[in-house]
Amino acid sequence: MIWVKSMQADIFKKKKLNTAVFILLVCFVTFIAATITEFSIAKGIASVPKAIQWSFSNFYPTKESLTKLPDILDKMKETLLISIAATTVAALLAMIFAIFGSTATRVNAFFGGICRGIATVFRNIDTAAWAMILLFSFGQSPLTGYFALFFGSFGFLTRAFVETIDEVSSSSVEALKATGASYFTIIFQSVIPSCIPQIISWVLFMVETNIRSATLVGLLAGSGIGFAFDLYYKSLNYHTASLVVIVIVVSILFIELISNYVRRVIL
Amino acid sequence: MTALLEVAHVSKKFGNDTKALSDVNFSVREGEFVSIIGPSGAGKSTLLRCINRMIDASSGEINFDNVNILSLNKRELKKTRTKIGMIFQHYNLVNRLTVIENTLHGRLGFKTTFAGMLGIYTEEEKQQAIKILNVLGLNEQIFKRSDQLSGGQKQRVGIARALIQNPRMLLCDEPIASLDPSSSKVIMDHLKNISVKMGITVLVNLHQVDVALKYSDTIIGINGGQVVYNGSPKNITPDDIHRIYGSEAGKLIFDMGEIHAG
Ligand SMILES: Nc1ncnc2c1ncn2[C@@H]1O[C@H](COP(=O)(O)OP(=O)(O)O)[C@@H](O)[C@H]1O
Ligand SMILES: [Mg+2]
Repeated sequence: MIWVKSMQADIFKKKKLNTAVFILLVCFVTFIAATITEFSIAKGIASVPKAIQWSFSNFYPTKESLTKLPDILDKMKETLLISIAATTVAALLAMIFAIFGSTATRVNAFFGGICRGIATVFRNIDTAAWAMILLFSFGQSPLTGYFALFFGSFGFLTRAFVETIDEVSSSSVEALKATGASYFTIIFQSVIPSCIPQIISWVLFMVETNIRSATLVGLLAGSGIGFAFDLYYKSLNYHTASLVVIVIVVSILFIELISNYVRRVIL
Repeated sequence: MTALLEVAHVSKKFGNDTKALSDVNFSVREGEFVSIIGPSGAGKSTLLRCINRMIDASSGEINFDNVNILSLNKRELKKTRTKIGMIFQHYNLVNRLTVIENTLHGRLGFKTTFAGMLGIYTEEEKQQAIKILNVLGLNEQIFKRSDQLSGGQKQRVGIARALIQNPRMLLCDEPIASLDPSSSKVIMDHLKNISVKMGITVLVNLHQVDVALKYSDTIIGINGGQVVYNGSPKNITPDDIHRIYGSEAGKLIFDMGEIHAG
């Protein structure tokens, strides 16, 4: 009894010590990083008012910049379509990998591990990193943007789908296996019907995320709305550049509105 | 009086050191109602799943309907599984589908992959599903989504899915462990009916000794992966219960006294 009590006290002491060490470590790392990069918090804060002032005097659309609106909308449309296309095609591939990768539905452990391994590699390379890698093969083109989004989404969605399948359908998969149903029958009668709402929800989430990153990827890949922004900004046409930002923000809000609506209906 | 199911020298190891079953032997007659009891972790679920090869036994022999289950190839195994219905503690339904769709899932083992994938059922199968659901008292729920049902109703759908297979035997893994007493009684009464009226053999894992004693023709007691009792519920003694459940069985003996008295 006494032994248990003293061990408990030890555990609490140890936990407190751990927390203290962790906090100290964070402070230390922050200090080192700031010193190395010569980032001064005071200077950083001091530059904020100036930045705001600059924004107000330059960064708003004018009547003149509005004439560029059809052009911008065209680019935005391209970006939206590429994001959606990349996501949906990636979702299809991810579904196949997830079915072969999930413990509930894999054909065997070895092949399942390979499927999940491939997806993990793709997931751990960021979309922006993919864009840089793909620049070598495709150069600055919409294809670069498309594949960058595609690969990133594929990795992420495979992981999300595997978890969904394991969580939602492993019990009914077991039941259908016990009735003597064949593999593909089980997939179509149990896995897909039980997972479909979560799958759609993940795809919508991915579309939203991809539209956000498409802007950045476009900067790198030289296509779509990101490139349009880059062009206007570098040619010092700040008014039009600000219009691009507004179009992006409105589009993202609009897409989010739609996907929230779809989610409400299907779930 | 031939045995429908014969389990001989069956052992199951998980990994290198977990021995879930060791040298299990018993046989079950056609139409018999058998309860398998034992503490959790005794190997009840593993035993049930070895019979229809949801889990592959490490060694031994299992004969069902004169077929050696352990020697079947994939196709033959699927065919044999259609003759064995299975019922689960957590019902294992596809929650988003309707009651009748879940019931018809019991027919999927008889279909080609194509018909199965698309869920094409004959008019006869649909009529049979409705008939079975009526018998189980689910006539009002036929077109409801399964996630709108109570636990007891879900389990009855589980039974319907098994019955539409026209099985020779039902394997039930803790069918009433998640249910309240009155739903439990309904489920156990249905299972007993199935065994008595339809002549279907029923194997039930239970952890309620009183229920097992009340409903079964035969009790199989397992502890630590070994059969420690196999016989009629009438002859079971407090000592037997002790052996099945280990040392914590003080209260159980009291319960059993009540049942024998009543
Ligand atoms: N998939 C598995 N992997 C490893 N060990 C398992 C697995 N399934 C069951 N076991 C072990 O086998 C033993 C019997 O388990 P189980 O058959 O579920 O018992 P019961 O159903 O009687 O509670 C337990 O010790 C359990 O931990
Ligand atoms: Mg169990």
